[in-house]
Amino acid sequence: MSKIHVSTVINDDPVEYLCEPQQSLLDVLRDELNLTGSKEGCGSGDCGACTVIVDGRIVCSCLMLGAEAEGRKITTVEGIATGDKLHPVQQKFLEHAALQCGFCTPGFIVAAKALLDENPNPSEEEARYWLAGNLCRCTGYDKIVRAVLDAAEVMRAEAAE
Amino acid sequence: MSGLSFIAPKTVEEAVRALAAGDGLTKCLAGGTDLLVQLRSGRARPEVIVDMKRIPGLIGISEREDRFIIGAATPGAMISECGPLCRAWPGITEAVDLIGSQQIQGRASLGGNLCNASPAADSVPAVIAARATCVVVGPEGRREVPVEAIVTGPGQTSLRKGELILEFHVPKPRPHQADAYLRFIPRTEMDIAVVGCAVNVTLGDKGVCRDARVVLGAVAPTAVIVTEAAEALVGHWLDEETLGRLDAAARRASKPITDKRGTIEYRIKVAGVLARRAAAIAFKRAGEC
Repeated sequence: MSKIHVSTVINDDPVEYLCEPQQSLLDVLRDELNLTGSKEGCGSGDCGACTVIVDGRIVCSCLMLGAEAEGRKITTVEGIATGDKLHPVQQKFLEHAALQCGFCTPGFIVAAKALLDENPNPSEEEARYWLAGNLCRCTGYDKIVRAVLDAAEVMRAEAAE
Repeated sequence: MSGLSFIAPKTVEEAVRALAAGDGLTKCLAGGTDLLVQLRSGRARPEVIVDMKRIPGLIGISEREDRFIIGAATPGAMISECGPLCRAWPGITEAVDLIGSQQIQGRASLGGNLCNASPAADSVPAVIAARATCVVVGPEGRREVPVEAIVTGPGQTSLRKGELILEFHVPKPRPHQADAYLRFIPRTEMDIAVVGCAVNVTLGDKGVCRDARVVLGAVAPTAVIVTEAAEALVGHWLDEETLGRLDAAARRASKPITDKRGTIEYRIKVAGVLARRAAAIAFKRAGEC
């Protein structure tokens, strides 16, 4: 079977790749493009460790075929920081120690960034529901939620400047 | 996995041709939240995957005077963002919103939820209760069928080789018509229905019910239209006696299985309770619109 040629945009860079029809976007990111920030936890859309943003919406990259990315605009965890400057969500994850093993962290960062892009002032309940598709077996979630709400505050202050 | 091919047609005709070609299994891909899991586990071994999402009209919601038209591959998040649809049919939009996480909502669709044909599909009872129809296209042309005619059993549909669902047509509510959908799961988020119940009612003079549809999910091989439950409502106010008859009708219509989420006895009991609660919400909404 011939490979499929895909032209897409990942983290604002035009990217072209060849993939197999059954290859997930996650496999393509990790194995073809060396973007290994997105993790494979469950491979069935339950854990959110592979979360990426596609055309403005978060999706599990394990539940999307690489071939579907043609013409889309994709943001992975590698595209969240601006050069050397961490995104407020990343900075607050560090400050609050909102991780232990770190495997779920890229998915949480991407999902939280998408939340704050859409809702700059989420309630704790809104943040917890939004992040319900991201599983963490280490932290008990509390530090993650604090980090996200703190990042929201920083971003609101930055926006007001 | 070798031998699989992927096609993303840009017209309905091209999609129908691709789905009808060959002897092997062809699969429509909408949001992929079920299909990719099945591919990975080996439960589905298609020869051809046909991506629906580049066909015009498959993604998006439009409004006509008498109906909403929802593209079959429209993701849940887009449905929840459609204000007019949320106001007209909160039961449908809440049912869609219950499916999976935010990530799943970015992809999962009405067409996929229906054609995956899980007995526990959340959106299905609500769209059936609203008397929605599907526009099906295939090698023999186009037909419009009630949503309840699509699923024939777990994982099974009445769609013929080469057919796909283009869009859902949901009639707009009449005055004093409203809906509600409730599902029971053992926690508050990210689980599959133990029981789901949609109630759609139209109230007449003084709040007496003059038309109703009650649909249960996850208590039988397919979603069940409970005619007896609707009959319990029509001609009545929602008083304790009516609720009792509704509850009994919902329990009688439930033919569930025992699995890790609940026993037969438990599911039957919950079906009655959810029918009561969903009816109370639907009546309240209908009285206010």
